[in-house]
Amino acid sequence: MNAIFETPLYPYTRVADQQSAAPARHKVVIIGAGPVGLTLALDLALQGIETLILDDNDKVSFGSRAICFAKRPLEILDRLGAAKPMVDKGVVWNLGKVFFDDRQVYDFNLLPEDGHAFPAFINLQQYYFEHDLIARIREVEAQGAPIEIRGGSRVSALSQHADHTSLTVETPDGPYAIEADWVVACDGAGSPTRSLMGLDFVGRVFEDNFLIADVRMDAEFPTERWFWFDPPFNRGQSALLHKQPDGVWRIDLQLGWDIDKEVEKRPENVIPRLKAMLGEDVKFELEWVSIYTFQCRRMEKFRHGRVIFAGDSAHQVSPFGARGANSGVQDADNLGWKLAAVITGDAPEALLDSYDVERVQGADENILNSSRSTDFITPKSEMSRLFRDAVLDLSEHYAFARPLVNSGRLSVPCVHDGSPLNTPDALPGGPARSRPGAPCPDAPLGNGFLLSQIGGDFALLAIGQEPPQIEGLRSVNLANATPQMAERYLGSAPRALYLIRPDQHVAARWESADADTIRAAHARALGKTVKEEA
Amino acid sequence: MSKLILTPNLDKADDVYADLLTAHEGKSKAESDAFNARLILILANHIGDREVLAQALAAADLPQD
Ligand SMILES: Cc1cc2nc3c(=O)[nH]c(=O)nc-3n(C[C@H](O)[C@H](O)[C@H](O)COP(=O)(O)OP(=O)(O)OC[C@H]3O[C@@H](n4cnc5c(N)ncnc54)[C@H](O)[C@@H]3O)c2cc1C
Repeated sequence: MNAIFETPLYPYTRVADQQSAAPARHKVVIIGAGPVGLTLALDLALQGIETLILDDNDKVSFGSRAICFAKRPLEILDRLGAAKPMVDKGVVWNLGKVFFDDRQVYDFNLLPEDGHAFPAFINLQQYYFEHDLIARIREVEAQGAPIEIRGGSRVSALSQHADHTSLTVETPDGPYAIEADWVVACDGAGSPTRSLMGLDFVGRVFEDNFLIADVRMDAEFPTERWFWFDPPFNRGQSALLHKQPDGVWRIDLQLGWDIDKEVEKRPENVIPRLKAMLGEDVKFELEWVSIYTFQCRRMEKFRHGRVIFAGDSAHQVSPFGARGANSGVQDADNLGWKLAAVITGDAPEALLDSYDVERVQGADENILNSSRSTDFITPKSEMSRLFRDAVLDLSEHYAFARPLVNSGRLSVPCVHDGSPLNTPDALPGGPARSRPGAPCPDAPLGNGFLLSQIGGDFALLAIGQEPPQIEGLRSVNLANATPQMAERYLGSAPRALYLIRPDQHVAARWESADADTIRAAHARALGKTVKEEA
Repeated sequence: MSKLILTPNLDKADDVYADLLTAHEGKSKAESDAFNARLILILANHIGDREVLAQALAAADLPQD
């Protein structure tokens, strides 16, 4: 057993709040120290907002969980100073192979676009991801950032009042009460907070089971993603093989609906299945074996007054396409600056409703993509299987059919078209990929990368012009654009001005604009009511 | 928006129809079904226009009266 699972990272200790006569009041309480709660806490604390994380556990997450982390979440974590060890440790892969029946039907190269600081994605065990986030939190805590993690602290009750929420925290020494101006529930798919508040979580259960095994082996398999449809070793079902750091491989074997989970999980049943897949001679050791059923569902609303939901507590997807943690980190990114701006009084509370609008849109996009992958992998009718097999047969011979093969779509960030924070596009000829609402594509600047320059404040990016100086906006001036900058930000426009949000999404863009126009767009992006210009 | 053609558009209609039948000759029901699915996908790619395909999908359902 890997020691990382055993080591308490934030063991329970007694705190002053337990003695206090009246419940202590905190600015932000985050329930849950998973990938999402940790990311959000780090973001808030780096902005100087007092943040307390409560978790009933004290270690990294247990069992087979996320392994694929996509470029956008890595960029977000880089903004928070946590991405480097993840990328150093993670496995980068570009080549994928698709098998149907007993043959390879094609292979593909992700051919990631060049000129980005981060790869399209990395494979890294979720426990390393959490471990690195906690290490970064400890680092900023030592530098004085107002952040605290309390382990062995389970939230067992909460009630909302006009300007705060009261919480009961269960500990090994018994319960105590605290209050919070704001609560963010990052307590996972089974969210006790959601249940305590009696809120719905509706969606679709996929009637299927997957055996997920993490195995250690010294095998000569290349660093590639292999996906099988209907292979001889798992007839009528699918299979996936993916490499993780430390010689650990993730194996997914679809089992179908009518199975006995307890029986299937036994090593004497698992090992022959894996041998049939990997070959009789391959030596391996089981790290984790579990059986999962997947669901796609979300809450109707992510904001309920002063309690806000983020990550799996708000939405859940099937793992095909690796969108769970990846989208949860984007929830944190979207919420962090908004909550901070509301707390400091820079923005009205209404700004938080845009979190709901934008991340519900993101969740719907993820649910749509992941449901479609699941429907391709597990055809639900005779006709859908006929088309699915037709696509696979054609893909062996004709390139046109390959984009139709759906074994999971790469997690890409959502473009918030139609967001109330956007100002209408005013850059004729500007590229669609950087339109208002879009996440800024990274690009090399000659001496580094764009995203690290625009950072985590509101920024005004000027290309080929001297921008007006505006208080409260970090300015990034590029006299000349590198070819990638021109392609990603100018298109056929001769020059451009971009107003960029702290989460690095485009709020507005113009060929050029005066200070008042920019201020109005800035106000709109902060959720303020802006008088329409005549 | 391109419009789906629903008026006669085949030069030698009888020949085209015969080609379709010939292609299915000697195939089992399952083979023919798979063949048809591949054919639809090939034609859909050739058309390459979601609007036209949407009109074709609606037309294939026959007008309801
Ligand atoms: C097999 C599998 C493969 C996956 N693969 C991927 C992948 O490749 N890429 C990807 O992005 N995602 C993947 N996911 C999804 C990913 O694991 C989740 O989306 C992610 O863990 C969600 O993070 P979270 O922080 O929202 O919740 P969680 O990680 O579930 O964390 C919730 C935390 O809340 C704490 N908690 C719960 N109740 C309380 C309470 N009452 N009081 C205090 N604390 C509480 C828990 O202890 C826990 O630490 C996969 C999932 C599975 C199962």
